[in-house]
Amino acid sequence: MNGMLKGTGSIRWRLIVQLLSGAAILTIILILIVRSFAQQLAEQSQDNILNASLTAILDASSIQQGELTVDIPYSAFSMLSNLSNDRVFYRIDQDGAFLTGYADLPKPKLRATTDTPAFMTSTYQDIEIRMVTATRLLALEGRPIELQASIAQSRNGQAKTLAEISNMVMLFGSGFFVISAIIALLAAQSTVGPLKRLAASVSRRGPHDLRPVTASVPEEMAPLVQSLNQFIQRLDTSLTRSEDFIAEAAHRVRTPLAIVRAQAEITLRRVDKDENRATLKEMIRAIDDSSRAAGQLLDHAMVTFRTDHLERSKIDLGALVGETVDRLQAVATLKDIVFTYAEIDPTQIFGDAILIQNAVQNLLDNAIKYSPVESDISVELTVEAPWVTLSICDQGLGFPKTGAERLTERFARGDNVSGIVGSGLGLTIVDEVIQAHSGNLIISNNPNGVGACVSISFPSS
Amino acid sequence: MRFLLVEDNIQLAKAICSHLLLDGHVVDHADRLSTTRDYLATTAYDMILLDIMLPDGDGREFLNRYRGSAGKTPVIVLTARSEVSDRVGVLDLGADDYITKPFDFSELEARCRAVLRRHGGGATNIKSFGEVEFDGLSGTITHHGTTTNLRNKELRLLEIFFNVPGQICSKSKLVDRLFSYDEDVSENAIEVYVARLRKHLEGSNVQIITVRRLGYRLSLV
Repeated sequence: MNGMLKGTGSIRWRLIVQLLSGAAILTIILILIVRSFAQQLAEQSQDNILNASLTAILDASSIQQGELTVDIPYSAFSMLSNLSNDRVFYRIDQDGAFLTGYADLPKPKLRATTDTPAFMTSTYQDIEIRMVTATRLLALEGRPIELQASIAQSRNGQAKTLAEISNMVMLFGSGFFVISAIIALLAAQSTVGPLKRLAASVSRRGPHDLRPVTASVPEEMAPLVQSLNQFIQRLDTSLTRSEDFIAEAAHRVRTPLAIVRAQAEITLRRVDKDENRATLKEMIRAIDDSSRAAGQLLDHAMVTFRTDHLERSKIDLGALVGETVDRLQAVATLKDIVFTYAEIDPTQIFGDAILIQNAVQNLLDNAIKYSPVESDISVELTVEAPWVTLSICDQGLGFPKTGAERLTERFARGDNVSGIVGSGLGLTIVDEVIQAHSGNLIISNNPNGVGACVSISFPSS
Repeated sequence: MRFLLVEDNIQLAKAICSHLLLDGHVVDHADRLSTTRDYLATTAYDMILLDIMLPDGDGREFLNRYRGSAGKTPVIVLTARSEVSDRVGVLDLGADDYITKPFDFSELEARCRAVLRRHGGGATNIKSFGEVEFDGLSGTITHHGTTTNLRNKELRLLEIFFNVPGQICSKSKLVDRLFSYDEDVSENAIEVYVARLRKHLEGSNVQIITVRRLGYRLSLV
């Protein structure tokens, strides 16, 4: 009956995936920006130091007693060696000719002037270096000379700083991502939450609860709830209409049957001729047959409907059987049949009271119908965990030797009861009710004597 | 006994009334709730037979209001509905019992008897013939100070005799009144019950006499 709806992906997962991919992209961009910024900053600071160091060297050079003196001050190197064990190289040229330092240090690609130093990144002795070159003009014996100085430093320290910053940024990025993920989950939860609550409040309902849904939902879901309510309204109307229809149909069929039956009975009391009396009795039997069949068919439809949507509650089976026995006492006394029923302590089971009462009534009806006059019907309730068992034994014909197991099928009747009015639906109804309650139905003949025994058991609660 | 029958179907009402009259009861018939209220305002009844679907309202609402206004007369609901829930519903509203249409008159009679017995019916149910007092409600006969309990079929048989003392009742009619129509019983089955009643009546001046080929009648010795 309940076809599974084919889902087209979950809103929650879609939301989570979208939010998380957004967060991931943002995190990556953030990491890249911060890293490149840090790199720039690190380069800048190395350049500044190199520049300062170079300026110190150039400033310290002078013409003394007609000779160019280049004195590399201690401070020039000390400011460079503050970081890790980076190596420092230098080279000084005079008018383009090598003067001192590392002769094979690469030449600057750009031409440095006195105002603007030239920076470059290169490789020297298989290590990456950053080099700055600047020039200074000095006068020697009235002739200008150009002093060009280069100072280079390996980039270990910078790489290390950069790596540290990168680690930090990765850490921050991951943290950012984790927080975004949590927020995404919460957001998805709070979006899906009202949907779930709505679904729960609808699915918790019993089969007859057709009130409109009043659960408060977000604005976006209001149209859905509104159409759901309209649907419920239509369902309610059509259910009420069909219930009314069944009641009306039963009324329409049963009332004329009642008229015919009552008039036939009256006539039977007035007519003396045996043939006419026999005909009237046949009529009454036929009426009983059809009204019983109609009743059982309606009952069967009701049972089928309710077993699809069981309305379970705690039932005291003992009290329920007691009430049903009381109700049928009047019919039983007509045949001087005595019910022996000792109500025992509360026997709680979990089930649909209306269905179970219907089943018990069918069994008792059968027992009365197939019992001889002035006999006993024993109704016994036993509790033997985990089962509560109701046994009903009569002193009638008993079940036929063969084919008894077929009696729970629709319209099946024993081959030894053709003289008795019956629809063949009684045990079918009982069987369906028992199955819906995960119980057992056992039909047998009374082992110590005559008669039929029917036992139904329910799981005790 | 005095019955009030509330039933909008005139043909069914007529048949039920005839039946009750044949059994020696008095019956008023109302075909709608307004008439019902008029009858109840002026007459005391032993039993109300109430239909559910009536032209000017729902019998269940009427029942609820009647019980609410301290109406005490026993009510048996005649219902065309068959669902257990419907039937249980009328009991909760204060009906004493219900019977589903179409019904067997002997079942209606049995239910009336059971309801009246629960309500502790009055002395009007005691009929006497000769030295014998017969209480149709509790199902006992008393003569010379001894009271005997009757089984249901004995009770119903004796009731038929007491309703028409001195008249001949045919065997086949007695069988039809005593057994349900789905039982195949021979006319001789009635002899068992006549024999038992004769035993119960032993020592009194009342006798069940066999009228050859015609049946039985109750007569004084």
